[in-house]
Amino acid sequence: MEEERTTYQVNHLAQLESEAIYVLRETAAQFERPALLFSGGKDSIVMAHLARKAFHPARIPFPLLHVDTGHNFQETLDFRDSFVEDLRATLVVAYVQDSIEQGRAQEEKGPLASRNGLQIVTLLDAIENNQFDACLGGARRDEEKARAKERFFSHRDDFGQWDPKNQRPELWNIFNGRKHHGEHFRVFPLSNWTEMDVWQYIKSEGIELPNLYFSHRREIVHRNGAMLATSEVVVPQPGERVETNAIVRFRTIGDMTCTGAVYSDASDLEAIIYEVATARQTERGARADDKRSETAMEDRKREGYF
Amino acid sequence: MHTDIPLDEGYLNMDLLRFTTAGSVDDGKSTLIGRLLYDSKNTFDDQMEAVEATSKKRGDEHVNLALLTDGLRAEREQGITIDVAYRYFATPKRKFIIADTPGHIQYTRNMVTGASTANLAIILVDARTGVIEQTCRHAFIADLLRIRHVILAVNKMDLVEYSQERFNEIAEEFKRFSSRLDNIVGMTAIPISALHGDNVVEKSAKMPWYEGPTMLYHLETVYIGSDNNHVDARFPVQWVIRPHSDEYHDFRGYAGRVAGGVFRPGDEVVVQPSGFSTRIKTVESFEGPIPAAFAPLSCTITLEDEIDISRGDMITKVNNPPKKDQEIEAMICWFSETTNLSPNAKFYLRHTTKEVKALIKDVRYKVNINTLHKIEGDKVMGLNEIGRISLRTSAPLVFDSYHRNRNTGSFILIDAQTNETVAAGMIL
Repeated sequence: MEEERTTYQVNHLAQLESEAIYVLRETAAQFERPALLFSGGKDSIVMAHLARKAFHPARIPFPLLHVDTGHNFQETLDFRDSFVEDLRATLVVAYVQDSIEQGRAQEEKGPLASRNGLQIVTLLDAIENNQFDACLGGARRDEEKARAKERFFSHRDDFGQWDPKNQRPELWNIFNGRKHHGEHFRVFPLSNWTEMDVWQYIKSEGIELPNLYFSHRREIVHRNGAMLATSEVVVPQPGERVETNAIVRFRTIGDMTCTGAVYSDASDLEAIIYEVATARQTERGARADDKRSETAMEDRKREGYF
Repeated sequence: MHTDIPLDEGYLNMDLLRFTTAGSVDDGKSTLIGRLLYDSKNTFDDQMEAVEATSKKRGDEHVNLALLTDGLRAEREQGITIDVAYRYFATPKRKFIIADTPGHIQYTRNMVTGASTANLAIILVDARTGVIEQTCRHAFIADLLRIRHVILAVNKMDLVEYSQERFNEIAEEFKRFSSRLDNIVGMTAIPISALHGDNVVEKSAKMPWYEGPTMLYHLETVYIGSDNNHVDARFPVQWVIRPHSDEYHDFRGYAGRVAGGVFRPGDEVVVQPSGFSTRIKTVESFEGPIPAAFAPLSCTITLEDEIDISRGDMITKVNNPPKKDQEIEAMICWFSETTNLSPNAKFYLRHTTKEVKALIKDVRYKVNINTLHKIEGDKVMGLNEIGRISLRTSAPLVFDSYHRNRNTGSFILIDAQTNETVAAGMIL
């Protein structure tokens, strides 16, 4: 045994990969109509990559669901379409714009309005209309304090709500996906990954990412301590400082109205991993949506946010 | 996953250690975790700013590192930990996953949950009070869940003048108790002050008499490689892969995660519970066939012969066969706040990838988790109680004792009405 034990060691990335693949397969096996929430961000790209590996050589046995706020970076949409084609996967797009037009969601007013919160309505409608009973999300427990309490299999009641004080205990790797009619689950295969793990995995697997993650020049506006890319939905207001040629990249990618850039000249994965290793701000530190209050994420999650 | 990836200052090729922490309400558990994160430079400026602001608002004397670990609104308001929270940090040597669980008796189920995936447990005691009932309970649960390695963290050494005598006394007392437990193979006692950082990450100048490792050094170096079973071949089938494509017309692969032993092409295997045998054709990964798969890797196995295999079946080998039975003896921890467990109750039972119905036949005894005494004659188990039961399943289970294999020896019970997970079970 002395000799064998060294042979059977696997590094942390291999362990995390194996765990995520196990969770993806459990989701396919335990639910009738799962969907993979795909935002075009790196975590959902990694999750889709893992799903491809989990079911190879068959196709991913569930569709990808994109909740489109209408405020996406064009790069994200282009990337999404070619990525989905490469995966030979099915893509379902749910539009926040539709929810607004149907009067199901109320758009925030004013120049600082964000559609981030409105995604909840669109997502819950898409779940109901498509009868999805499990949604795979790329959220990680290291991202935010409310997410640290999340389960791999997270139960949602028939209003889509999360009750953090009344979660099912999750033991070993035995996942309980039993539910009543109308309820659904959120499943998080990357629960135990950190930002660093994700980047290391992207590097070791050679996963393609949207260019937004790498250093580039763009016009940005400073708003509430974050740097937002200017666009038709982020218009600089009087008194706001604009930089026309800032060298930046994005650490997370979401709705343009709340995804902040960071100054960076990291133009390849090596440089990004070095940057992540030495970062002094959390990944979501540049997210305006989390800065609204100390428990902003918990409050949004209770209502059905990702 | 390529295992031959180039080393990038070790960062790409780290080992993973999962540990759980247990302590009573005021033992300083959250402070210790905060200290570990802070001193190992795993906190961020925006987190620390938020913590400093909250500390100031609450009028704390020191920057309250415990705030780094409080998550939910109710916890921040009440200054307590309600649920299991998972924390992550890394050093150049290892990546760590902490299952941070509250220690009070009413949270036994959370401790059991946190311990179920841990390789190591840190049990905190207050140097002023020493080993108390709770300490024994925490050690008992760690042992019950088969955690092999325990750190006894004697905290608040600053409040006992960093006394060597006091530390030795507590360590001795704990050793006397823990020697009655079977599964704990390594126990290390460390005198610390989480508040001031002594012996957590940095060696303490106040305790020159202590020659052992700091807590972080021990966490970085403790050997955990033998925690997986690489002897008894166990592969619970999770999902059958049938591509139905021209390229893979006849492909039929059994996907799953190795729960024990090693699987190689050419190996003779026995499929349970049917008992049919055949040989492994290939062990597949996304990158192509691989020479071997072992715990905890996920892979896909193809077989030489077409046998009817579905989710819930287990691929095993001739040597060291698992047990196959409908009569099960197990230790369980009862989790439900709303119902009790008593003989004749029925549940769904989940074991590996299989689900069956289970009928409780007997509550053989309950354990007083503070004294470890058996309580016989009381057949009703309530929230947080631990005991030995016997049950009968609707179909045979293919299993090992939990002591031999955590993956194939564990199960959960699910209430058929509420769908809640109501018990954690460890097969004897």
